[in-house]
Amino acid sequence: MRGIHDLGGLPAGPVERDEHEYAQWEKRVDALMMLLSHKDRQLVKVDELRRNIEGLGADAYDRMGYYERWMHAIVQTLIQRGVISIDELGRKMAEQAGRGGSDR
Amino acid sequence: MGRTAKAAAPRFRSGDRVRVRAAHPPGHVRTPYYCRGHVGVVERVCGAFANPEELAYNRPGLPAQPLYRVRFQAVELWPDYREDPADVVEIEIYQHWLEGAS
Repeated sequence: MRGIHDLGGLPAGPVERDEHEYAQWEKRVDALMMLLSHKDRQLVKVDELRRNIEGLGADAYDRMGYYERWMHAIVQTLIQRGVISIDELGRKMAEQAGRGGSDR
Repeated sequence: MGRTAKAAAPRFRSGDRVRVRAAHPPGHVRTPYYCRGHVGVVERVCGAFANPEELAYNRPGLPAQPLYRVRFQAVELWPDYREDPADVVEIEIYQHWLEGAS
């Protein structure tokens, strides 16, 4: 079965070449990935990131933005590797939920 | 990732005809769906690299798999292709996805 990400060879519209601004949180996700995958740490491999992105269901894959998929995959990889625990993550998410702020 | 000493011996050379296995394993696979089952010609050997399908599960991916650039005729991949019949597509494919074709 063809993966939702595996679009090569399918009919498609023109490629949009416009640059666009990234939100602060998107830049942070990028920085997080650079830090985690740095050769001195190697807490995330790009292939693990890809596996977790490609494993998203079709609906989620289409609904989520590029860096949302990255964030999902980073979280999954860190849980799978035992770097963070699920409880720890859940508590931190609850703690941050009300924070808001201009950088989201 | 990258070149490594623990590499499987290359089974193909430039000019060899190869068929991409029509397999559908789970996980992270770098062999595009649209070329599976199709025949192409080895354009060059690109070196040997740890198997990304194993790296995707944080395993070593050794022995490293030779990686080949394989050239496909567009009309082989898409029988209803209506552009220049000389058009080709080149795809880099790991050795364990390839078998010899006559």
